[in-house]
Amino acid sequence: MSTQAGPIIQVEHVAAGYHETVILEDISFQVAKGEVLVIVGSSGCGKSTLLKHMIGLMAPLKGKVLIDGDDIVAADAEVKHRILRKIGVMFQTGALFGSMTLLENVRLALDEFTDMPHEAADLIALMKLDLVGLNGYGEYMPAELSGGMQKRAAIARAMVLDPQILFLDEPSAGLDPVTSAGLDALIRSLAETLGMTFVIVTHELASIFAVADRVIMLEKEIKTIVATGTPQEMRDCTDNPWVQRFFHRQAESRVTH
Amino acid sequence: MSNVHVNTRVRSEVDTSGNLTFGYSGRLDAATVGTLWRQTAEVLRSAAPKRVSVLADEIAYCDGSGVGLLFWLRLRGRRDGFSVEFKGLREDLAARLEMFDVEAFAAAGQGRRNHFSLPDKVGHYIWGFLEDVGEHLAFVGELFTATVKCLVRPGQLRWKDVFLTAERAGANAVGIVALLGFLFGLIMAFSSAMPLRRFGADVYVADLAAIALVRVIGPFITAVILAGRSGSAYAAELGTMKINDEIDALTTMGLEPVRFLVVPKVLATMLVTPLLTVIANLFGLIGSGIVILSIGFPLVTYISHVKSAVDVDVLLIGVVLKGIVFGGLVAGAGCLRGLQTQTGASAVGISTTRAVVSGIILVVMAEGLFAVLLHFLGI
Repeated sequence: MSTQAGPIIQVEHVAAGYHETVILEDISFQVAKGEVLVIVGSSGCGKSTLLKHMIGLMAPLKGKVLIDGDDIVAADAEVKHRILRKIGVMFQTGALFGSMTLLENVRLALDEFTDMPHEAADLIALMKLDLVGLNGYGEYMPAELSGGMQKRAAIARAMVLDPQILFLDEPSAGLDPVTSAGLDALIRSLAETLGMTFVIVTHELASIFAVADRVIMLEKEIKTIVATGTPQEMRDCTDNPWVQRFFHRQAESRVTH
Repeated sequence: MSNVHVNTRVRSEVDTSGNLTFGYSGRLDAATVGTLWRQTAEVLRSAAPKRVSVLADEIAYCDGSGVGLLFWLRLRGRRDGFSVEFKGLREDLAARLEMFDVEAFAAAGQGRRNHFSLPDKVGHYIWGFLEDVGEHLAFVGELFTATVKCLVRPGQLRWKDVFLTAERAGANAVGIVALLGFLFGLIMAFSSAMPLRRFGADVYVADLAAIALVRVIGPFITAVILAGRSGSAYAAELGTMKINDEIDALTTMGLEPVRFLVVPKVLATMLVTPLLTVIANLFGLIGSGIVILSIGFPLVTYISHVKSAVDVDVLLIGVVLKGIVFGGLVAGAGCLRGLQTQTGASAVGISTTRAVVSGIILVVMAEGLFAVLLHFLGI
């Protein structure tokens, strides 16, 4: 585990929901700098909703989310801008801008937020694409690429300004095992070489074991965190039926296939 | 240079034998690298070195942008034929720099896609236009066949969709068609009343308004409203279905997309357009009637002039035939553009724009043909 001291994200007693429906209640946890945290849980348990609260797209019904000490909900425009410069987000579908080439997608933040000359922004964007294995694809439009390539390009876009924290929503969903393993290796290497903090939402068991320093499991029935620990601790946990069901039933089905 | 960290800078030194030394210190991050990059490029341009040494021991922080700057020096060295040596580079930084292969980047730079020259673009455009004409013809054939099949076996037609479309394109459009028809009638009668009054012919405003409305303006504005309201909606609906692979799903289930999706829309639109045209004409006549009454003619005069100006032939051709043809053209263009939708977020927007433009162009062309035809038929 490559974690350093001190939390960079603090989620404190967050309750979340849509309109009248409460999905999550009293969620509290911290993420240390350089840690790879994976949020798991069954479909509909509120993983993506929690992620949206952590990146400030949704305001919690109760509680607060601190990014590097700043409250992302209460932040004024200036503070919010400072927070957003520290984070990068990869959405579930990639969310690349369809009217721009991959290179333009990746260099957009460099053009908007820095004074880099054209050549510099181009090269840095191409280097990010190279990091995710897309060297030579800069001139392609997103629609010309496979789903896996689009996701990798979205990661390149999310990390072009070298954010301290990367939030990834289901990075390996819909990918073949080989591409998925490549993506896991990339996440691990970025965490270890650049010291980036990752918060990843996934339910791919193989990915969890490949990348996670720590796992948080949410449960739909009780609307909160049911367990937290390393992937191995979660797998070996015998006293929690939800954790057992999640980690063992999937594991068993994989073995039988 | 205002955003460069106070301790962040680049020193440069060049000796007589072509050795250039850069000394970077402070933070090399996204905020500072832009300025450092420009300064470095300027020195490289003026010095034209044979060897470059980079002193990196005073770099306090270096993120991906900083690594980009160091890597760029290597790329420039390869391109301009000078060697680059890093001194005092921290191990982790060196490792991150080694992640990028100079040769691979140089090759990727050369392998970019060719941009088209002007003749290429002209050829491309003409070819695209011819392809489009071909697709139009194929679509008309396919639509005709599918419609005939549906009419021969009415059970094959999705009547539910026909009625739903008729409601959306027809009943829901009554208000806007009536309003615009009324305003057109009002404006036309008012604009023509003043010049005609100078010749003492202002009573013929009724004839003018009736003929213009029933023959040309009524069917035309109805078709334009349909193109804007319904043609674009068809293109957006089918375009979204295309992007979501729903059209492919229909095809693989053995259902022809044209029969299943297009024929109900086209038939429903052809059915409601004459009715909407009647409404446009009626309200247009009310609008022009208000002007006639306001300039002092009794209602009975207006009605008798309208009746004498518009005979049954004009009414049948102006309302029924034109309505059916315009409705078919607008709906057909909307559906075709929807089915031609490419991929990407902007594709549906492009399709809807093309649907409206194509619909209006086709209607204007058909209007021209009708004018010539009616002239030769003496109607």
